[in-house]
Amino acid sequence: MSQLTLNNIEVIYCDVIQVLRGVSLEVQPGTVVALLGSNGAGKTTTLRAISGLLVSQDGKITRGTIEYGGERIDRLPPDEVVQRGLIQILEGRRLFQHLTVEENLVVGSVARGRTSDATLKRDLAEVYRYFPRLEDMRKRVSGYLSGGEQQMLVIGRALMSNPRFILLDEPSLGLAPLLVAEIFRVIQQMRDQSGISILLVEQNANLALSVADYAYVMDNGRIVLDGSAERLVNNEDIKEFYLGLNQLGERKSYRDVKHYKRRKRWLG
Amino acid sequence: MNWQLLPQFATTGLLAGGPIALMALGLVLIFKSSYIFNFAQGQLLLIGALITWWFSVELGLPLWVSIAIALILSALLGLVIERLALRPMTGQPLLSIILMTLGLSQVLQGSALLFFGGNQRNFPQIFPAGDPYKIITPFVYEGNPIVLILKQNLVWSFIVAILGVIVIGAFFKFTKAGLAMRATSEDHELAQSIGLRIHRIFGISWMLAAVVATIGGVLLATSSGLDMSLSIVVLAAFPAVLLGGLESIPGTIIGGLLIGLSVGLVSASTNQFIRNSGEIMPYVVLLLVLMIRPEGLFGQKRIERI
Repeated sequence: MSQLTLNNIEVIYCDVIQVLRGVSLEVQPGTVVALLGSNGAGKTTTLRAISGLLVSQDGKITRGTIEYGGERIDRLPPDEVVQRGLIQILEGRRLFQHLTVEENLVVGSVARGRTSDATLKRDLAEVYRYFPRLEDMRKRVSGYLSGGEQQMLVIGRALMSNPRFILLDEPSLGLAPLLVAEIFRVIQQMRDQSGISILLVEQNANLALSVADYAYVMDNGRIVLDGSAERLVNNEDIKEFYLGLNQLGERKSYRDVKHYKRRKRWLG
Repeated sequence: MNWQLLPQFATTGLLAGGPIALMALGLVLIFKSSYIFNFAQGQLLLIGALITWWFSVELGLPLWVSIAIALILSALLGLVIERLALRPMTGQPLLSIILMTLGLSQVLQGSALLFFGGNQRNFPQIFPAGDPYKIITPFVYEGNPIVLILKQNLVWSFIVAILGVIVIGAFFKFTKAGLAMRATSEDHELAQSIGLRIHRIFGISWMLAAVVATIGGVLLATSSGLDMSLSIVVLAAFPAVLLGGLESIPGTIIGGLLIGLSVGLVSASTNQFIRNSGEIMPYVVLLLVLMIRPEGLFGQKRIERI
C-alpha cells in the first residue's frame, strides 16, 4: 500500500485563482519520488497542500483527498501533520537567522512534544553524522552560514522532527555543483539508511531523475506524465521539452515543436 | 546643576526605572513572538491593578491572595484577547492588527471605567512601610557627606521588577518553550512548517505579557495610588522599549534604567525650565539614541550576507 496518496486534488488561492486542477499521485514507502515541471506548474502548491501550509498563503483544497498512512490529512493543521512524521522543507533555505545552528536544530524537535535529553543528544549526533560540518559550527549564528551550510541545516532541522516522509522543495537552488552533489548524496542516504520517503521538487530534472525511483511531470496544475525514473529519462518528449536534454548543436525543426505542442494539449 | 542633590536624584531615577523596564518587557514579549506593537499594554496594567484592589479592598481578602488571583485572571484575560481579538486577524496586514490593539486599549479602558468607576483609590501597601533607607556615601560635597534617602517602597519595587525581567529573560534563553517563541518571532510560516503551534505560542506570550503588566500595575499603584490614569504611565515604557531594542529582553532593563536616570538627572537641575522638562526627557534620549542606532541599543540587526 502506498504511504502517501493524493486523490484528484484541486487548490484555489484567494477564492479565485485555481492552481491545481485535479492532481493525483502516489508515493510508496522508502522511495524518492521526483515532481518535475516548469515554473508555475503547481509543484510547490502540491507540497503545501500535503503539509497543510496552504493556510498562510490564503489557499484552500476545494476538492479531493490526501491520505497518509491510510488516514486523511487534508483537513489537518500543519503541526499535526508534522507530528505524524510528514514534514515539508520550504524552498529557499529558510532559517531562524538569529538563532544559532544548534538552536535551529533543537527547535526542530519541539514538535515531537516531550523528549528526554538523551533522545535529543542522540538525534543531534545523528544529524551531525549526516552533516559533520554543522557540528563545528554549532554555536554560530545561522544567518551568517554559507548557502550550502544553510541547506544542510535546513535538512538537519527537518530530521530532528523524526520524520518518515519529507517534502523537499528545490534543494539545489543556487548552490555550487559540488554542494548539490553532497545534498543529493544525503537524500539517497536518508532513503537507504533511514528508510525515509521523499517527494522531491527540483528544477534540475536530470539530477532529480538520477536519484528518484519514480517521477511525475506537472504542467499547468495537472500531472501530464508519470513513470519510473529510467522510463522518463528515456522519454523523447521529456528529454526535449521538460528536461532540456536535447543534443547540443543539432538543428531543431519547427515541426517537432508543433508536434510537441499538439501532444501537450492532448495530454493536458 | 544642584550637585548636592544630584546623587539622590540619579539613584531615585534609576530605581524608578525598574518598573519602567517591567512595562517595557510586556511590550517586548508580544513584539518578540508576533511582531505586533501592543498599544493595550497600559490597559492590561490598569486592569491587573484594579482586580487586585477589588479583591483585597472590596472583598477584604489578604493582599497576597488577591495578587495571586489577579495574576491568574490576567493570564486568562491575555489568553482570551489572543483567542477573540488576535486569531481572527491571522493573515491580515500587521498594521491592521496593531491598530486593532489600539481599539482594544479603548475597549479595555472603557470597561474598566464601567465596572470600577473612575475615582481615585488608596491602594494597599505591599511592602512594609518602614523608615526610608539611609545610605551615607563616601562622597563629600562642600564639607557635608552626601546621604541617599531611599523609600523602602521604591527599592523593593525596583528589586521585584528587575527580578521579573531576569526570570522571563532566562525563560526565553534557556527553555525549549522560550526557544520556540524566539523561533516563531522570526518567521511564522517557517515555524508552522516545522510543527510549532504558533497560535498557542501567541497565546502564551499574551498571557505572559498580561501577567507582567499586572505585576507592574501593582507595583506602580502601591507607590502612587490607583486611578484610571495608570494606563497612561506605560507611555514612559515606549521610549524605553525602543531604546533597548524591540526584540531585546536585556535591552528593556537598560532602556528602563536609562529613561529613569534621565528623568532623575533633569530634576537635579537648578534651572527651572530644565527641571520641569522631566516628562519629555525620555523622548529626547530616545531621539538621540535612534539617530545613532536605529535598531535600538540591543535590537536585532537585519542579517545581510554579502
